[in-house]
Amino acid sequence: MKIIILGAGRVGRTLAEQLLLEHNDVTLVDSSPHPLTYLSEKFDLCTVVGNAAFPEVLEKAGAHDADMIIAVTASDEVNMLACEIAHHLFKTPSKIARIRNNEYIRYPQLFNAKAIAVDILINPEDLVINYVSRLVEYPNALQVLDFAHGKIELVMVKALKDAPLIGQPLRNVLVHLPSVEAKIVAISRQGKTIIPEPDTIIEVDDDVFFIAGKNNVREVISELRGISKPPRNIMIAGGGNIGLGLARALENDYHVKVITRDKPRARRLAEKLQKAIVLHGNAVDETLLFDENINDVDVFCALTDDDEINIMSATLAKRMGVRKVMALINRQAYITLIQNSTVDIVISSHLATMNNVLSHLRRGDVVQAHSLGSGNAEALEAIAHGNPENSKIIGKTVEQIPLPQGASIAAIVRAGIVMIAQAQTMIMPEDHVILFVPDKRDIPQIERLFQVGLTFF
Amino acid sequence: MIQIAVSLRILGMILIVFSLTHVPAMVIALFHHEAEITTFLSAAMVTFTAGLLLWYINRNALQELRTRDGFFIIVLIWTVVGLFGAIPFVFSPVLSASIVDAVFESVSGLTTTGATVFVGLDTMPRSILYYRQQLHFLGGMGIIVLAVAILPLLGIGGLQLFRSEVSSFSKDTKLTPQVTQTAKALWLVYIGLNIACIIAYWLGGMSLFDAVCFAFGTISTGGFAPYDDSFIFPQVSLHLIATVFMLLGAMNFSLHFLAFRQGKFSSYFKDTEVKAFLAIQIIVFLVSAIVIFDQTTVLNPVYSLVEILFQVVSIGTTTGYTVTTFHLWPTFLPFLVLVIALIGGCSGSTAGGIRVVRMLLILKQGWREMKRLVHPHGYFLLKLNQKVVPQRVSDAVWGFVGVYFTVFLILMFMLMIFGLDFVSAFSGLVGAITTLGPGLGKVALNYGGISESAKVTLTLAMLLGRLELFAILILLTPAFWRQ
Repeated sequence: MKIIILGAGRVGRTLAEQLLLEHNDVTLVDSSPHPLTYLSEKFDLCTVVGNAAFPEVLEKAGAHDADMIIAVTASDEVNMLACEIAHHLFKTPSKIARIRNNEYIRYPQLFNAKAIAVDILINPEDLVINYVSRLVEYPNALQVLDFAHGKIELVMVKALKDAPLIGQPLRNVLVHLPSVEAKIVAISRQGKTIIPEPDTIIEVDDDVFFIAGKNNVREVISELRGISKPPRNIMIAGGGNIGLGLARALENDYHVKVITRDKPRARRLAEKLQKAIVLHGNAVDETLLFDENINDVDVFCALTDDDEINIMSATLAKRMGVRKVMALINRQAYITLIQNSTVDIVISSHLATMNNVLSHLRRGDVVQAHSLGSGNAEALEAIAHGNPENSKIIGKTVEQIPLPQGASIAAIVRAGIVMIAQAQTMIMPEDHVILFVPDKRDIPQIERLFQVGLTFF
Repeated sequence: MIQIAVSLRILGMILIVFSLTHVPAMVIALFHHEAEITTFLSAAMVTFTAGLLLWYINRNALQELRTRDGFFIIVLIWTVVGLFGAIPFVFSPVLSASIVDAVFESVSGLTTTGATVFVGLDTMPRSILYYRQQLHFLGGMGIIVLAVAILPLLGIGGLQLFRSEVSSFSKDTKLTPQVTQTAKALWLVYIGLNIACIIAYWLGGMSLFDAVCFAFGTISTGGFAPYDDSFIFPQVSLHLIATVFMLLGAMNFSLHFLAFRQGKFSSYFKDTEVKAFLAIQIIVFLVSAIVIFDQTTVLNPVYSLVEILFQVVSIGTTTGYTVTTFHLWPTFLPFLVLVIALIGGCSGSTAGGIRVVRMLLILKQGWREMKRLVHPHGYFLLKLNQKVVPQRVSDAVWGFVGVYFTVFLILMFMLMIFGLDFVSAFSGLVGAITTLGPGLGKVALNYGGISESAKVTLTLAMLLGRLELFAILILLTPAFWRQ
């Protein structure tokens, strides 16, 4: 695929790297030559210097025959305008734009071919808010991903000592959870991914990936972690748009407290929030945390715009007795540094943005794709189109489908009903199939499986 | 400096309009062959001539009004119309009331208080009885709002007048872009409610005359009745109809407007003030019912319950109709119901009192103080209907309540000096300043038996209450008159 990336910021650069790995032609456009020279020396890509919204610059970048434009410059307006120009002048088929400002996102009807020609909007703040609110719902999970409009969730948890499933071979899982529709799709042990067999035994500290219907997730988690009370008290450090958005999403279901350092911002938060309590102070102030009963907090989310403060306040909160702490960290060096430390979960809005862009790049009939953990694994949701004649999967049972090594079909959603895949389950037209792929490089193979043969048209 | 000439020109126009409102009473007198036809004719002539003169002398005073003039005109108009409204009571051969009594009655009508000094209403001419109710009707939505709505000549500075009269809290809720339109809309809603109430009463079994009279007294939350025994009808259905319409009269009219115009009935249930107002009525009703059922022998439980509901709502909305001798209710109940009259109805309604929204804001501030103690780092804002209440407004609320109680105390001592015992002075003043009407003790049934100076004091209290104090008090400050 020929892809133009506008903006060589952190997201643009990582995206370019990732797309090159998947053998795409990448052109990177930025207004400043500095990051571009470095990148063009290091990687096999084209670079163009100039204002990304100028038709001439887009033309130089090869907009005429590009398959896709990904606009991730620092300015929402430039991103929108570039998509608009690419649409009208160069007829670029797909256009993705990152838009941060809620003032635009509030009106989704703005974004269509007749108004602002953006096919896919990406709002990093929304992505982070969704991601975090999922994790708050299951405070023991390390990652929670939605499929089939939230009917199915893929969850990663660390197995705890004394949990019922520890030391058990996987074939016993069904015995433990007779009424539960769930499937363990992978286990990550000391950085290595294990594809589960019926006699694989779950050990302490394994990161277990399982897929289950929404109603069963809690039950499966408690089998792997022991029973724990559902969360009630949430503390958010940082009153930026992410902190505010998260507080709004959570304030009706939990006791939410938001800490912000800035007084005018505190006022604004207090205006917008109805139930959550707004605290004016420093997130790394021990007395403030102590006064606000930090030891009763179930989830602490450090979401300021400062990586260091997030790391420090999350660490402090953990030490003062919070069950689970998360920190928003954007600097790549810190992310690697902090992983597996006191901070339970590291959130990166750049990673979230990048993953989201990547999920939209999948071909065939893949509707969703999520990267798992920090590794190479990916989970996909794809729709089986066509009929037994022109499709490679319809009319076949799960065990008959030739999947790459380690990949598996985890679940099927048929007409809104969730089914955990069994060896004998047959794929029907319009099924949503949820697959687990341990290695991203195998994805093109899966995309081809879901492509409908020529006779379809 | 106050622009006296402009003010007098506007006053003149309003008196001319007011003189025309005597026509329905004349028609009724004519219809019933009452001698009052000459009473109303001469009263109308006097008012009309006075108005015409005032207008003619000042017809060239066309300066634009300032906010300051607004206050002056409001007070001027309410006082002068109150005086001219008393003329029929003085002229009437049947009543031939003293000027103090007549003014008391007239102001009580216009301010929708509903306290009466007259006894023997049952035998009074129909036209006089109707005229009293019509005073309620005119005063309920406000003379000025009416004038702004119908007199395009007032266009200049209409906003200043409107602002000064409409309850201080709904000042900024202009429903339509133009103040004249807003005034018209409010009056349309008001008339619509009155018509609905008339029909409901009529279908419920009242004669058309009674239905009109009681509807005028109900929607305006006034309380005058064409009978000595107030709401004399025994039917439970009429009690319930009255209860509903009294509640409607005491709710913010902009909510009615939204409901009428846009069919947004949900806005009633989203409004914190309405919810708090209804909660107060329900709680006091339940407490009263429990105490009454516990302390007295109840013969007909359903009837008694409806009676208690009617009575609580009638006082809580500052209407003041009575179906039972509430001043003889056991233990603390008479005082309890007077206290909810002090709280009164919603802002932007026809009801009086301190208004629920002010009490709500004060309580919310108390609650906020408590939250501040628990969370020393917390940042809490005062909110109403999920919107932030500006500091300016909460200051104004405190100012209002402070002044309200100070004025209340001063007037109560004055009443005690003028010969009232404590219970009568306190309750009579509550009755007047909240525009409720009936009190306890000596003023439980009517105000006929108190001294003239007490009547004058209460007349002043009614005006103060209806104009929400500040409009009148501001005229007493030297700063107002300075250049």
